Amino acid sequence: MLRWLIGGGREPQGLAEKSSVQTIGEEQIQNPYTELLVLKGHQDIVRFLVQIDNCRFASAGDDGIIFLWNAQTGEKLYELHGHTHKITAIAPFSSSDVTEAKADLIITASADRTVIVWDCTSGRQVQKVSCFHSTVKCLTVLQKLKVWLSGGSDLCVWNRKSDLLCKTSHLTDAGISALVELPKNCVAASVGKELIIFRLSATNHESEGWNIVEVKRLVDHQDNISSLVSVNDLTFVTGSHVGELIVWDALDWTKQASECNFWDSSVHPDVQPEIKLSQSPHETSVQHLTSDKECVFAAVGKGIYVYNLQMKRVIACQRAAHDSSVLHIEKLSNRQLISCSEDGSVRIWELREKQQLPAEPVPTGFFNMWGFGRANKQANQAAKKMQENIPVYFLELVGDLIGHSSAVQMFLYFGELGLATCSADHLIILWKDGERESSLRSLTLFKKLAQNGDLQLRL
Amino acid sequence: MISAPDVVAFTREEELEDDLYREPPLPEEYSVPLFPFAGQGANPWAKVAGSKFTRDFILISEFSEQVGPQPLLTIPDDAKVSGTFDLNYFSLRIMSVDYQASFVGHPPGSAYPKLNFVEDSKVVLGDSKEGAFAYVHHLTLYDLEARGFVRPFCMAYISADEHKIMQQFQELSTEFSKASECLKTGNRKAFANELEKKLKDLDYTRTVLHNETEQQKKANDKGYYTTQAIEKANELASVEKSIIEHQDLLRQIRSYPYRKLKDSEFHPYEPECALERADVGSDQDPTASEPGETQLYTHVPSYTPKLIKAKSAKCFDKKLKTLEELCDVYFFTQTLDQLHHIERTFRGDVCYLLTEQISRALLKQQSVTNFLFEDVSFLDEKPPEKQYRGCQGLGQGAIDEKCLEESLAPKVVISLGSYKSSVECVPIKMEQEMEVSEEPKMSESVMSEHQENLDYLDADIKGSISSGESIEVLGTEKSGSGLTKSESQASLPVIASPQAGRSKVGSRRTVSEDSIEVLSTCPSESLIPEDFKASYPSAINEEPYVDDDEGGLRFTPRLNPGIDDGQDDISKQESLVQVDAACCIGKESPNFLEPLAELGQKPCEEDGVVRIPPQPYRPAEPGLRGGFPSHDGLSGGLLPYELDSRYLAGHGSREVSKSSLDECSDSTSYISSATSTCSDRTPSPAHLGCAAGDRHRKRAGQNALRFIRQYPFAHPAIYSLLSGRTLVVLGEDEAMVKKLVTALSIFVPNCGVYAKPVKHWVTSALHLVDFQKWKLIGLQRAASPAGVNVLHALSRYSRYLSILDADSKTLRCPLYKGTVVARLADHRTQIKRGSTYYMHVQSILTQLCSKAFLFTFCHHLHLPISEREPEESVVNRRMNFLKLQLGLANEDIKIVQYLAELLKLHYIQEPGQGGNPLLRFDYVPSFLYKI
Repeated sequence: MLRWLIGGGREPQGLAEKSSVQTIGEEQIQNPYTELLVLKGHQDIVRFLVQIDNCRFASAGDDGIIFLWNAQTGEKLYELHGHTHKITAIAPFSSSDVTEAKADLIITASADRTVIVWDCTSGRQVQKVSCFHSTVKCLTVLQKLKVWLSGGSDLCVWNRKSDLLCKTSHLTDAGISALVELPKNCVAASVGKELIIFRLSATNHESEGWNIVEVKRLVDHQDNISSLVSVNDLTFVTGSHVGELIVWDALDWTKQASECNFWDSSVHPDVQPEIKLSQSPHETSVQHLTSDKECVFAAVGKGIYVYNLQMKRVIACQRAAHDSSVLHIEKLSNRQLISCSEDGSVRIWELREKQQLPAEPVPTGFFNMWGFGRANKQANQAAKKMQENIPVYFLELVGDLIGHSSAVQMFLYFGELGLATCSADHLIILWKDGERESSLRSLTLFKKLAQNGDLQLRL
Repeated sequence: MISAPDVVAFTREEELEDDLYREPPLPEEYSVPLFPFAGQGANPWAKVAGSKFTRDFILISEFSEQVGPQPLLTIPDDAKVSGTFDLNYFSLRIMSVDYQASFVGHPPGSAYPKLNFVEDSKVVLGDSKEGAFAYVHHLTLYDLEARGFVRPFCMAYISADEHKIMQQFQELSTEFSKASECLKTGNRKAFANELEKKLKDLDYTRTVLHNETEQQKKANDKGYYTTQAIEKANELASVEKSIIEHQDLLRQIRSYPYRKLKDSEFHPYEPECALERADVGSDQDPTASEPGETQLYTHVPSYTPKLIKAKSAKCFDKKLKTLEELCDVYFFTQTLDQLHHIERTFRGDVCYLLTEQISRALLKQQSVTNFLFEDVSFLDEKPPEKQYRGCQGLGQGAIDEKCLEESLAPKVVISLGSYKSSVECVPIKMEQEMEVSEEPKMSESVMSEHQENLDYLDADIKGSISSGESIEVLGTEKSGSGLTKSESQASLPVIASPQAGRSKVGSRRTVSEDSIEVLSTCPSESLIPEDFKASYPSAINEEPYVDDDEGGLRFTPRLNPGIDDGQDDISKQESLVQVDAACCIGKESPNFLEPLAELGQKPCEEDGVVRIPPQPYRPAEPGLRGGFPSHDGLSGGLLPYELDSRYLAGHGSREVSKSSLDECSDSTSYISSATSTCSDRTPSPAHLGCAAGDRHRKRAGQNALRFIRQYPFAHPAIYSLLSGRTLVVLGEDEAMVKKLVTALSIFVPNCGVYAKPVKHWVTSALHLVDFQKWKLIGLQRAASPAGVNVLHALSRYSRYLSILDADSKTLRCPLYKGTVVARLADHRTQIKRGSTYYMHVQSILTQLCSKAFLFTFCHHLHLPISEREPEESVVNRRMNFLKLQLGLANEDIKIVQYLAELLKLHYIQEPGQGGNPLLRFDYVPSFLYKI
């Protein structure tokens, strides 16, 4: 009955996975987010958050409205109306060029088959492009070339003034699901199971003229490619619905490595086979990929996996990081990882190196799987892959943020300004470091006091 | 060893008893005289013999030109109230002391009748034989049919307690002026209407006469005029003269608001929609003296004028207009509302009124912190408040308010000379939002200064009253509008007057029996030429100077030292200054981080008895005393915080708290004089103004008392509320949950100036947004699927919540180990009454507020003293301050931090915008408490 009376943190949602999901108690010393601001405005699912500059971000979702927010104060800066359907893609386009006037633009694509370019400083619509035959599903900006690309059933290249420079022929009805910029003026586009590499080449006579040609098609994936991320100048990674992860060479587009079913517990001898039971095709989908210089972090089903590029292996994983699918993950600079999920929670993880020798983790893992002593054993629940001479890593849950009542679609990490999360419950929550905010307020307070002249001594 | 029984054996019982009995009786001068009216009723607050009415009431009388002084109505309109009191007789008395120069008619030098805009006069009358004392407010209304166009009226506040009248004189004056102004505004409007009608009649008559004359001229070919024709011509001439006269009158009445506008801040009424209503009302009025006209006369220009007989009827058989007709139904009801308001406001014992005013004034001063636990809207609304604004001075807020007022000043459309303009153009307009208060606004600080001093003055003068058969005019004072002064004068009282301490010797006079003595009167404003007034206002209003003399004297004993020099500094500023000084000290004296000596003495309050009088925080270095202008040189002065600790002393038993109250009042000669004489009078249900709020407090206090006695885990629950963690009261029974919520609501700090963040009853699942909005929620527990959702939401958001289960009597919330709440909610408390407990809670909360204030506004606690100072040392300093300086333990720190956070937010917040509500929380484990 009243489980909350028992105390000790939140209850897992699904009873089946109850034992396998790691939980953290109410005491979260490392969790800095002790203050939150709820930003209301959207009337439907908020799907996208995009950073404009140090203190501004835009949000967009199924209601077709784009909001610009101040990340510090939570103030609503602009409300951009123009799309009639839900937003399908959003990309910031800031001019780093010194010669041009500083103008932060954002480009939004919507299911109404239009793309609108907005000026973030004035909140006005700069340009509206509505010559698309299908919905634009992805947008990417090539800052170097000062062009932006829109991917739908074909791939179009636009300049800053939104003139169509060139476009490909009709590729597929399903459309391009993801685009990523590669070196040498190339882009990789995921189209269903295929990965197509395009190259942009300048036409001879004009500086502004560009041509786009298909260079290569890669058909190594068994299922639709669900995520595509560039790791560095030399590599990019793709993930598919059936849980394939392929590491590609960014220069010659060859497969460097691949993990097919690395989340399959049978691969890892130290993990109990029972975990297999809870695996289903849906839960192996690579929802999101992110990377730092050495590792790729994959959100696969409910779990989070850390794949080391050098070792070409999964070095740490959390099979049941959330109660349901992980939708977005991001690596922070301080070895921390944030993930958000359909279960409405955001969790903060830390990648830690395990010091001890691999002797007893099996029973620990076993008991934790079954929920024994979960209240006090937060530290060593990660499944590990043990081999000699190799440092052992594990993901430790250091905090969770509970606020949304529905799936958290995405989040945006603003460093010390905090964390913005958006959710299907129409809300955006700004999570902030309470201590920092408090001292900032003090600062403002004394500034205001000085302004009002109240600080002067009256003698 | 000799034990106690052994010792007893050696003593003789008789001796013991003898000793007891032989104790000499107290000397006569030390014995407390028995209550003189003890025979009639044991209750000393029961009505004093001699007065024939049961409680205070308001009487409106008229000096009728037909029947003489007559009472018109009383408020409350209840025969029981006035009892056997002879209203007719009293009307005669009060109407016979009208000092206003109400000369209207043909002044010697002028050809036309001249309307005089007479200011009201205000006098205090005593009739010791009747046991009645009255504040009497005379006013004149215009009536075209009356002699000299005027009808003298008066409104009187009649009480059996002369001290009450004297001490509340200024407040009464302010309030009655509002009523009077409303009445007069309506009257001017009605008078203008009447004049217009009359003019139309005259115009029509003239046309008719003219036509007749012309016809006669034409018909008459004899070459000479018949007597009839001459008569007609004379008649025509007189009609024309009459037209001119009436035009002039109309012009005069119209120009009134304009003239008033030249005075500082005069706000005429602007009834936008009210006009219509009023007109409709007057149309429907069956008792209108001229039904034909009234009926026809509306804003619809279909008024058919009628012929006026040459000899207009000015006879005694004619029925005079009633007060209602005289001043337009709308305004009349407004006035009645205002009078009812006055009656409510001044109901009860004077000492209660004064205490209430003082406490409100004190609260008002805490402009930075008062929003936390006080109902600020209540503070603002209260009209008597205004008088104490002076304590607050012209702070930013006050200035803003003034600007606002100025911008609100309506533009009055004046159409001089065009008397034919329809009623809508009558330049008497009413600001809807201003409601009844047409009272000319004055720069508030001036006003308050004024009133305080006048109060005092009155109190002093009062000393000279000796009883007698006579009616004594104790003090009159010129109309409130006359008090209006220019801005420049506002600064006058701000200067600390050197004579602050000057002793005021009440001049005692012997009053001859059976005579009317006027103790003081001020000239009516109307006697002084306008321009003269403008250039040298104080010539008329001597008060400012009196102020200077008395401001300090009156103020010092009453209020806390923070303002005891009578300065108009905002307490906020004052305190800031102090804080700042403290900061400096912090820099210079290394021992600042050590607990101060005074602080060491503080714990002695804890057993409920103050052994050492609480000391204000004193700066360590006398050289820096400059920042603390108020702390020395006061004897027995009380910081608001000290005041609280005195209340604290009373923590435990009502008697003690009462005595501590007495103590407070003893330190103030002003109050003591008031209480000593007044406390034995007047049945005092102790309702001031918002009786509902009072009742609510009482009930909340009672419920809270029950809660802390009933639930052993009251402390962590209250801690949750004080530290900003939302407390959910979960239960099936709505009444029970609501009761608990009411009980706990007194501990909830406000997040802004809006209503308390309390939601009494919710049936749907809670969401995060709710926790931002509400800090105390009553939640329904239901067995339905929806109920499951509700519980699920609770468990999901459990980290933000404390949950009090009213059904199973459990509480799930973080641990509390502090001491503040223990003092706040001692389950063994001896306090019996809800209101007492409420006050006890308020006092401790105020103490917390002051701590939070200190913490918030200490510069060096939040910012590094030097550039290179690391953040950690600031944090250390902050914690040290909280622990050592403020003496907070464990979780108490979080309470103060939370309050400080609220203060910061409140202060930073721009007045215009609401600001985003924050939710602050901690990751702390919760525990389950059971009974």
